Amino acid sequence: MSKSLSAAIILATCALTAGPALAGKFHLGREAKPAEVAAWDIDVRPDGQGLPEGKGSVAQGDKIFQEQCAACHGDFAEGRDRWPVLAGGKGSLKSDRPEKTIGSYWPYLSTVYDYIHRAMPYGNAQSLSADETYAITAYLLHMNDLVDAKFELSDKNFTGIHLPNEKNFVEDPRPDMPEKPVAKLCMKNCKTDVKITKRAAVVNVTPTDDKNPSASID
Amino acid sequence: MAQHPPKSSLTRRRFLASAAAGSSALAATSLGVRAAGNPENLPPNVAEASKILGEGVDARPYGTPSEFEKDVVRRHVRWLTASTESSVNFTPIHELDGIITPNGLCFERHHGGIAEIDPADYRLMINGLVDKPLIFTLEDLMRFPRENRIYFLECAANSGMEWRGAQLNGCQFTQGMIHCVQYTGVPLKYILEEAGLKTNAKWLMPEGGDSSGMNRSVPLDKALDDCLVAFRMNGEALRPEQGYPVRLVVPGWEGNMWVKWLRRIEVGDKPWHTREETSKYTDLMENGKSRRFTWVMDCKSVITNPSPQAPITHDKGFTVLTGLAWSGRGTIDRVDITLDGGKNWRTARIDGPSLPMALHRFYYEFDWDGSPLLLQSRAIDSTGYIQPTKDELRSVRGTNSIYHNNGIQTWHVKKGGEVENVEVS
Repeated sequence: MSKSLSAAIILATCALTAGPALAGKFHLGREAKPAEVAAWDIDVRPDGQGLPEGKGSVAQGDKIFQEQCAACHGDFAEGRDRWPVLAGGKGSLKSDRPEKTIGSYWPYLSTVYDYIHRAMPYGNAQSLSADETYAITAYLLHMNDLVDAKFELSDKNFTGIHLPNEKNFVEDPRPDMPEKPVAKLCMKNCKTDVKITKRAAVVNVTPTDDKNPSASID
Repeated sequence: MAQHPPKSSLTRRRFLASAAAGSSALAATSLGVRAAGNPENLPPNVAEASKILGEGVDARPYGTPSEFEKDVVRRHVRWLTASTESSVNFTPIHELDGIITPNGLCFERHHGGIAEIDPADYRLMINGLVDKPLIFTLEDLMRFPRENRIYFLECAANSGMEWRGAQLNGCQFTQGMIHCVQYTGVPLKYILEEAGLKTNAKWLMPEGGDSSGMNRSVPLDKALDDCLVAFRMNGEALRPEQGYPVRLVVPGWEGNMWVKWLRRIEVGDKPWHTREETSKYTDLMENGKSRRFTWVMDCKSVITNPSPQAPITHDKGFTVLTGLAWSGRGTIDRVDITLDGGKNWRTARIDGPSLPMALHRFYYEFDWDGSPLLLQSRAIDSTGYIQPTKDELRSVRGTNSIYHNNGIQTWHVKKGGEVENVEVS
């Protein structure tokens, strides 16, 4: 066989068996059935997409909350031990110790529904029905003084509710440090005086007692 | 093959091993090297290990480090969180070298504990704005073309406890929510193209199969750029605590987005504003406004040795200083070191591979005269971004933003070699 013919055969074979370079499908996986998608497609968006049919009142939510939520979140959603505080903190965001709750900080109510349904109660996730989730959400709204005690939340009125902090989020402006040309970065005699201004607060990092007020990541 | 040795010499080996362990009342240094072990093993004696047979090749089907390295572990700080299932532990970066984090030492951050998933039950669903919603088994995913990439993964809350001042005394705790491994996985774009993206697709929502149902919004162009659906770390299957059998990889961006135990990806036209990108992982500024979608991890570095958990244990003289640098925007161009709290800087040497969005290892050797030092490192990445001081960060962000603290770390080396976490003027 001539050199150019065998080269052509090699090229043609490569084109047929090339992987990622070929546009389109690998024909892997199978189509998901509607029932499968419906069962896992549990997310809810701020514009209401994904909200299931259902309703729940503040009173109904109160009852469920005491049974399933208060042990960690407190009877009035005020928080217990180090578990998250869900109500209160209004006007505290500029203070030294901001209290970031549903009423004081969260931008969208849909987040409450989405999160409670997929992740709560802690240790028994995805156990609440749509009605129960609406009810708990209504109770939390009431605990944050955003609806009255007689309020009933449903998929019909959900998207009409706006949380107080919705407009206070901005997009990421980073990099946000003052511009500094690398070529001008000081290497010698950059400071006259250096003093230690702070020392490690927690020298024994894993103490036997459970108290440390200042540091938290949750 | 040699005969099995007589039982008496096996017993003798174990006796001597426990005698050596008994003499370990002396402090361990960072290599687990005690100041003096068993004098019987020192020259001019012939050490026990040079005489007797050790265990055979059947003894350790999955190897683990020497028992003398037992202090090289992840650690958690009990009082940081309400429970251990929604919590974090820390990579022992003060003990490691190179740029690869061993699989068993990669820090963990869970929101609902470690999901235990049988790979036979594993499914990945793709739905939403696609031509056809699809389901893949793990075997299906492994039939796509795959790639290998080394990337760091850093939690946005790394160093979060240090905003107000020097707090925890050890770089494992102050910068240890980070690891770097080689991922093997499928470029996400192949999987999305398999389902067929509709023309109005703009966002993805990956969702975890753990009990937190972790979900985030990922912009489509990032997904198509370099995101992977990964099933290997450093050559072997993902560890359960790192998302076995499948996790998402979002190079250079905050760790929370790298959804573990990935069960579903929904394609949409708007973000979902999930709990982990509203209530959490948003950065509260002094003026009461909050930044959201703060995805990229800024350029950062830290000296890992010397550090509070890795004091200098030798007398003055030739001293090796080492640390790590990384950037979510590219590679690290340069790392500078100061021994005097920022009066004078010298450039460290970066050793080993320099890969985008991966850890870089630097060294600086110097002749220590035994006097107190104020050590700092500052990194410069390939975009020209210079790692800021904590004061520079605080003047822009205040002290309540929790996330994205990439400030310069200062260690105070005292006479005698002890090291303390400090801040300086």
